[in-house]
Amino acid sequence: MNASLATVGIVFQREFRAYFATPLATVFLVVFLAVASGMTFFLGGFFDRGQADLTAFFFWLPWLFLVLIPAIAMRLWAEERRSGMIELLLTLPVRTGELVVAKFLAAWAFTGVALVLTFPLWATVNYLGKPDNAVIAGTYLGAWLMAGAFLAVSACVSAATKNQVIAFIGAAVVSFLLVMAGLNLVLGALSGWAPAFVVEIARSLSFLDHFQRITLGVLEAPTVFFFVSLIVLCLVVNTLLVDLKKTV
Amino acid sequence: MELVTTQGLVKRFGSLTAVDGVSLRVQRGEVVGFLGPNGAGKSTTMKMITGFLQPDAGSASIAGIDVAKDPVAAKRRVGYLPEGAPAYGDMAVGAFLEFCGRIRGLRGGRLNDRLADMVDAVALADVWNRPIETLSKGFRRRVGIAQALLHDPDVLILDEPTDGLDPNQKHEMRALIRAIAPGKAIIISTHILEEVEPVCSRAVIIAAGRIVADATPQELTEPTGKPSAVFVTVGSREETVVSRLEMVVKGRVEIIERFDGSTRVVIHADGTTPDPIGLAAVLAGSGLPIEEIGLYRPKLDDIFRAVTTGGNPTLH
Repeated sequence: MNASLATVGIVFQREFRAYFATPLATVFLVVFLAVASGMTFFLGGFFDRGQADLTAFFFWLPWLFLVLIPAIAMRLWAEERRSGMIELLLTLPVRTGELVVAKFLAAWAFTGVALVLTFPLWATVNYLGKPDNAVIAGTYLGAWLMAGAFLAVSACVSAATKNQVIAFIGAAVVSFLLVMAGLNLVLGALSGWAPAFVVEIARSLSFLDHFQRITLGVLEAPTVFFFVSLIVLCLVVNTLLVDLKKTV
Repeated sequence: MELVTTQGLVKRFGSLTAVDGVSLRVQRGEVVGFLGPNGAGKSTTMKMITGFLQPDAGSASIAGIDVAKDPVAAKRRVGYLPEGAPAYGDMAVGAFLEFCGRIRGLRGGRLNDRLADMVDAVALADVWNRPIETLSKGFRRRVGIAQALLHDPDVLILDEPTDGLDPNQKHEMRALIRAIAPGKAIIISTHILEEVEPVCSRAVIIAAGRIVADATPQELTEPTGKPSAVFVTVGSREETVVSRLEMVVKGRVEIIERFDGSTRVVIHADGTTPDPIGLAAVLAGSGLPIEEIGLYRPKLDDIFRAVTTGGNPTLH
């Protein structure tokens, strides 16, 4: 077990550094911060609300993740396939699952960095008033958890192809459905013909529902359980996909 | 000791059977040249030995460890250069090799020693801090070799190790392989036949997924252990050369080459010992303009062409 943790650590380090070895990290962070602030101040009406909280920021976050997380995850496996590195990686003395977990954790840590860099917003609301910092901290954690779920889903799609564009679009579409699952647009389309329990399942998959509950106050166990189990499930499927589709 | 064993390896891709029952045993100290036309199944076989692909039938083992049953332990004993020498292009050479070494469990002083050895063995000092994507094909190949040798494995599987190297680099690569060969079992795939004789102790020719010849390079080119024919170059391009020769010599006459104003033929001794000097005396009286006479040694090229196109079945 120790040996396998060491492997995860080594691959994690390499992957995490790889983000900063190319302009990818800078571009992603700049775009994320610019769009996040833009949405917070203009679409979210940060100042007009007259309240010292980050609701204006968190409200738009799922939609921002929907586009940006597939952009981080698209290269995870598609690029290894295209470059042939997957052959070298999988003939090193490592288990596929260790690679899957390490790559996921590195990408997740990177989204963590992006979230941490939004701290000026947090500082601003503290300067302007007296926000409930416990709620904000909980919401940040929940947002990171949701980012992990988006990532795990997107990594799974990336493992199924060697084309990054397909990986991006596929991941964005799946993520879109997961976000929208709770809205009437999707539920209405289902409720006409599908049995009630299918509609309930679709509703329960909704990232938006789960995340809205987080923004209201505390991180609830069912929500944490939902995101964590979705991540675990996706990582298992991801491992199977990498093992099965070696010669795409 | 047998370091690589495969038993009836089969791999299918859809309706195509890429590898069709390959059984191979490689001992410590052997360098096996894996030859075959493109698409013959060389790379696919290597991918199964290294555990990248699972065979549809048969098994492979490394130093007695079944690759399918304990892949991690088997992979620890192997150094592998995949086709095209893949690497992380955005990493510097040193950082990439350090990553590979750490994944293979090398740490601290041992890791540094091995990295230093690799700098010397494949001459990487000048490019150590450069991103791999900025390197020439030859240097990338060397990085791939260094990665495969880093942990000093018992078994080396190299898929086209000299592809993209210039003649000097090829020479160095062969010298390197010869130098490390005694302690290891090495399998090299190549389609460059001149490479086989200086480096390999054994040549395995594979065609359409099957082994069609398995012998030393010498045995392949001279199945009887000695030359069996004489070549003659005649200073004439006329069609009648063959019939005029056949009137004066015993044995089958075959044209192998026509160039400028000359024709080169082979006269097969067919069981008897070829005798170029006696032949020269006979031919001197024939009036043909003889330019050269010598013992004929078929090139590996010819053997390769014969066995991979189903020509000569006697070489098994």
